[in-house]
Amino acid sequence: MIRLNTTDSAAPTLPEPQISTVPVAEPEAPDRERMVGSTEVLCFLLILVGVLHRQIASLVTDPRLQTWLTVFVSVMVQAVPFLVFGVVLSAVIAVFVPRSFWARALPRHPALAVPVAGMAGVVLPGCECGSVPIAGSLIRRGVTPAAALAFLLAAPAINPIVLTATAIAFPRNPEMVAARGGASLLVAMLVGWLWLRVGRADWIRLPHRAHLDGLPRMTAFWTACRHDVIHAGGFLVVGAMAAATINVVVPQQFLHDLAARPVVSVLALAALAVLLSICSEADAFVAASLSQFSLTARLAFLVVGPMVDLKLVSMQAGIFGRRFAVRFAPATFALAVLVAATFGTVIW
Amino acid sequence: MSRGTQAVVLVFLGGAVLRASLTDLYLRYVKQGLRPFLIAAGLLLVITALVALVQELRHLNRPEDPPDGDGHGHARSGPVVGWMLLLPALALLFVVPPALGADTAARAGSALTDDRDIAYPPLPPGDPAELTLLDYGFRAVYDDGRTLQGRRLQLTGFLAPGPDGEPMLARIMLSCCAADGIPVKIGLRGDVPHETANTWVRSTGRWIPHTAKDPVNDADVPYFQVETWEKIPAPAEPYE
Repeated sequence: MIRLNTTDSAAPTLPEPQISTVPVAEPEAPDRERMVGSTEVLCFLLILVGVLHRQIASLVTDPRLQTWLTVFVSVMVQAVPFLVFGVVLSAVIAVFVPRSFWARALPRHPALAVPVAGMAGVVLPGCECGSVPIAGSLIRRGVTPAAALAFLLAAPAINPIVLTATAIAFPRNPEMVAARGGASLLVAMLVGWLWLRVGRADWIRLPHRAHLDGLPRMTAFWTACRHDVIHAGGFLVVGAMAAATINVVVPQQFLHDLAARPVVSVLALAALAVLLSICSEADAFVAASLSQFSLTARLAFLVVGPMVDLKLVSMQAGIFGRRFAVRFAPATFALAVLVAATFGTVIW
Repeated sequence: MSRGTQAVVLVFLGGAVLRASLTDLYLRYVKQGLRPFLIAAGLLLVITALVALVQELRHLNRPEDPPDGDGHGHARSGPVVGWMLLLPALALLFVVPPALGADTAARAGSALTDDRDIAYPPLPPGDPAELTLLDYGFRAVYDDGRTLQGRRLQLTGFLAPGPDGEPMLARIMLSCCAADGIPVKIGLRGDVPHETANTWVRSTGRWIPHTAKDPVNDADVPYFQVETWEKIPAPAEPYE
């Protein structure tokens, strides 16, 4: 019996010869020439971190540095679901929605396509990290850039989740919801039309993405997902680091002193929105807490934040190119401040 | 950055997000409501990485397969900036930064700046009655302690040195993630626990009609008369 058992247990090793018939994966010739590829660097890095992680963790004992790391990690953790959601949606647009759909869905005339695309932002329940890859994908699929940009600006500001959060954060100023939605949509449309007049197609340089057309659909889908997460996500990390730095180094006392001056306070909160880079679903609560500032200044904070901020500019530079970002961000910022100040003066 | 490297980076990022969201670690950074989305996003990242790894292995086994690019050789490589994704992944896996604490409480102004014009309901039953710091603050400052009088109260928070160096009881409020954390600060009188900053304390005591101003933003800082207190481990949900 025992002998039988041993032969039984040895049975699973029998197919061994079969395994050896599978061709051993041989490295490609070009890879072999470059001795140190990214995979080797990665392995080295990971082993280093694995061995030294206790020492690395003990380096982070300064309370200010710990706060920085906590804020950085939490901006990333907060953004990852929205990033992944946006990337998946943009891959769906790239792979499963035929080009002809956009020609039918949007008005043929670009000047009319801008407001339609802007208002379409209502249906995208997310924050700004997701809308950058989506807008890039729309341009790739032949949507006129002006309309895609209007969508990019409007979607994170006027969707139902963000407006609901605004209503909850300003229980005694329900007009803030209408002001935010109206001003944001107007800025998005103005920027779209401005692009039609002065924008040049060669400012936009979409990153090289593996051609998806010849691939089986599911392969193309996952390839697009991987590419966009790596690309947009990498720039998101850069932006999150900048935002965490601002969060830790800007003294709050300084803000308090600014609030006393009406014109300066509007510009100050608009600039703060750019620097803090808070997710558009949360910025209303932060605006509400800045109660020493006027409602107009806080409206500027809410209009500028989802359109121009550090992580967004970083991502836009990555997805659309630097030449685009250095023109687009300042123009959007100026229009957003102007429209918000006008709305604020009229309402309050 | 080759496809294989991208896949490994994505496995790390997805794995770090999954590990944080399947345990209570994610509560240090974001609100509880985000959990299902974090798990879904983590899974999607891992699946994306696995698909890329399978493609890579197939490609290595059959190099004659058409690559998923245009044949210029850079089709499978990704941008250098993708390396940055390793930073949050490794920070989440190996450093695991703590929840916001005394440092934020010292730098940021207290949340008690805006009078909420509501009728304050009577305190919950129980002796002592458990209150959040924010609830205590609103009742103490904007309702002149009417609902607090004559009751024993229990407040839980961490210790943070106040402007005069005396410990205060504080708790951070999140509306979305730690980047928007705002502290609530309560001044202490009576049996003040002199422990190191960031020690979590459950204290029992009574309301006293005394408030001060937070020098950072002129917010109101109510006071609390401590009768007894005990050290507790940091709660899983550190924020209010």
